[in-house]
Amino acid sequence: MATIEKDAVSGQNTTGHEWDGIKELNTPLPKWWVYVFWACTVWAIGYWIAMPAWPTPNGFTKGMLNYSSRGSLDEDLKAQKQSRSAWLTKIEKASVEEIEKDKALLQYAMVGGKVIFGENCSACHGAGGSGAMGYPRLADDEWLWGGSVAEIEQTIKFGVRNANANSRQSEMLPFGTGDKLADQQVGQLADYVVSMAGKAPAKGSPGEAIFAERCVACHAEDGSGNKDLGAPALNNQLWLFKGGKDGITAQITKPKHGSMPAWSERLDASTIKMLAVYVHNLGGGK
Amino acid sequence: MRNSGWIITLAAGALFTLVLSGLGQDALFRIHMGIITVALGLAAVVVMRRPDEARIPAGVVEADKAGYFDAPIRAGSILTVFWGVVGMLVGVVIALQLAWPDLNFGPYLNFGRLRPLHTSAVVFAFGGTALITTSFYVVQRTSRARLINDNLARFVFWGYQLFILMAATGYVLGSTQGREYAEPEWYTDIWLTIVWVAYLVLFMGTIIKRKEPHIYVANWFYLAFIVTIALLHVVNNLAFPASLLGSKSYSLFSGVQDALTQWWYGHNAVGFFLTAGFLGMMYYYLPKQAERPVYSYRLSIIHFWALIFLYIWAGPHHLHYTALPDWAQTLGATFSVMLWMPSWGGMINGLMTLSGAWDKLRTDPVMRFLVSSVAFYGMSTFEGPMMSIKAVNSLSHYTDWTIGHVHSGALGWVAFVSFGALYYLVPKLWGRKELYSLRLVGVHFWVATIGIVLYITSMWISGIMQGLMWRAYDTLGFLQYSFIETVEAMHPYYVIRALGGLLFVVGSLIMVYNIYKTIKGDVAEEALTPATSGAR
Repeated sequence: MATIEKDAVSGQNTTGHEWDGIKELNTPLPKWWVYVFWACTVWAIGYWIAMPAWPTPNGFTKGMLNYSSRGSLDEDLKAQKQSRSAWLTKIEKASVEEIEKDKALLQYAMVGGKVIFGENCSACHGAGGSGAMGYPRLADDEWLWGGSVAEIEQTIKFGVRNANANSRQSEMLPFGTGDKLADQQVGQLADYVVSMAGKAPAKGSPGEAIFAERCVACHAEDGSGNKDLGAPALNNQLWLFKGGKDGITAQITKPKHGSMPAWSERLDASTIKMLAVYVHNLGGGK
Repeated sequence: MRNSGWIITLAAGALFTLVLSGLGQDALFRIHMGIITVALGLAAVVVMRRPDEARIPAGVVEADKAGYFDAPIRAGSILTVFWGVVGMLVGVVIALQLAWPDLNFGPYLNFGRLRPLHTSAVVFAFGGTALITTSFYVVQRTSRARLINDNLARFVFWGYQLFILMAATGYVLGSTQGREYAEPEWYTDIWLTIVWVAYLVLFMGTIIKRKEPHIYVANWFYLAFIVTIALLHVVNNLAFPASLLGSKSYSLFSGVQDALTQWWYGHNAVGFFLTAGFLGMMYYYLPKQAERPVYSYRLSIIHFWALIFLYIWAGPHHLHYTALPDWAQTLGATFSVMLWMPSWGGMINGLMTLSGAWDKLRTDPVMRFLVSSVAFYGMSTFEGPMMSIKAVNSLSHYTDWTIGHVHSGALGWVAFVSFGALYYLVPKLWGRKELYSLRLVGVHFWVATIGIVLYITSMWISGIMQGLMWRAYDTLGFLQYSFIETVEAMHPYYVIRALGGLLFVVGSLIMVYNIYKTIKGDVAEEALTPATSGAR
């Protein structure tokens, strides 16, 4: 062992080491490899001189370009604000109704509202406001808390059933517990609501009597609901949760309640205005 | 009785974990300890029955007794294949879940639990078993010395398998400390630490009693992998258990220090587990299969030390544009760029070792795996430094591009070099003259390569598209796309990615068949006729 040989293919000498039949050539470092390595190192040193780089006892080397990512973000945000300011000052000053009357402003709010809706609302309400089980559809003319642009703005600002002091609050009573209805009565009531939803209320049925006694205070005699209480209309085929006798029975027995955040805690007033205008114009605004 | 020491130890361990299971403070801990009890109990029964030795050709076992200790290496070869298939299959499942979210079946089979199962199964179960197995083989051959202690070797190998079992079952049960690539809870971490220190003692000890004057370069890399992983694992997992009989712990770090610690660990897991360790593998199996001397001894020294010194600094590049101080981001980016050539040193040494033997690429499909692995290694170690430059990172970060980058390394480099090593090892370990079928190795190579190409190109496209969509503004200064639109746009690429992954699994199943037949001692017909033997 430890004999240095000349490799016939490469013309290089071996080192003379051998392990389990593996030998090594003593080839010098490839020139290009060395040059590129040094070039990367020089680039790194240049970067350290230009940018914040090495920690020191009282901070860090600031670099000649005086860069900071926080400062750079501030500048970006400032530039962004500047580019939008012409429009945003108008939105800020106008009410949602005024925005809708001004054609150019409306168009701007619609474009902005679509983006804001996509980022903040579509997770629950679906892209384009199509809704989902438990999450109201915003593209039709059925509104739980009112469909005027001001009412929509109010709902977005303070949300529904959350901790915000101005949140919209309401809860349907559970008729499966507490002030209980017998199973048979629940069935009769559900039958009546089904008939009501089919636009042919079963007059004189036992369900009608229960409805008149227990439900009209919120849902109104004709089942048209009450938007001040967030009580849904029952005289149509649109259901927030499951429709049909099963779904209605479940809701009477143990009602489900959705909730929505108070967006004024997260978005600024102009943003909410654009959003309200967008939702109002999705198709079903009143 | 033979092995009475092992049987007593395993039974005592099972009893201990059974007691822990009974005393456990929370359901997770109790179930987890119960699973370990069952595993240790089964292991005790298996040791009592000793089923393995009879099946190995007598000559091979004799060689074991006389020279090298190869029993755990045989088990390791099989388990490497097994964990590889498991890890890749879970990968396909989560790829399908991303394409079709309805495939999430909670809580045990949710993406959130299967994703760490996939990453740990491929990195630590497949990769780790491959590294331990090949390091046992390589250190004995290149030191001309038997592993210092058979029982220590058994403990390291099977102890590590127990760690894998604990980690994997923990993930599915929902036991996690939420640290990426280090999800197992404190008691699993402590067990791995014990196993790892034993591994270090075993490996170092074997090198110390070597009969060769010098330490071969492959062993430098294996040793760097073992030492650094010990350090990374211990520091990253410093935590305080909420109860010594409970499954929850709290990290000693918080905030941005925690983030930096995690990525110092995370990036160096890539650097020292998936790079240094597998370079050790490459430095032995590639010159062996090529039957050529290593291209440059000098390059191996320089690139080893440069790689070791520079890699440890590069972690902060995972935290660009975050709360991490600017100076740390700068260091992360610049050290990553300086790391480019040291990484490529390994590629050059691998590829150039083939000079004078390039024709083997045509005739030897095992060689094709090894050479392609080095080529993929070169590609991803160029891509990595590029992505760590802040301007590039602002586009690539948080996108699928990163996933594509990781997989060009994981599939192309780590898996391919392991496949090459396995195809080299298995006939030797079972005393076979050659593999069952070289033709099937060729088929495996092409199916897997097409899989990789589908995977990484679809992730490049979807990642760059995703990055561009996120930053697109319209003329009024509003974001052009909402997040959900970018998700929708990626769907077709997710499907292509899943297909690529599936092809990779299919390739691995071909390998399973081939290795099974080789171990059995079968030889396919093609190999019987000298004219076609090795002609593919």
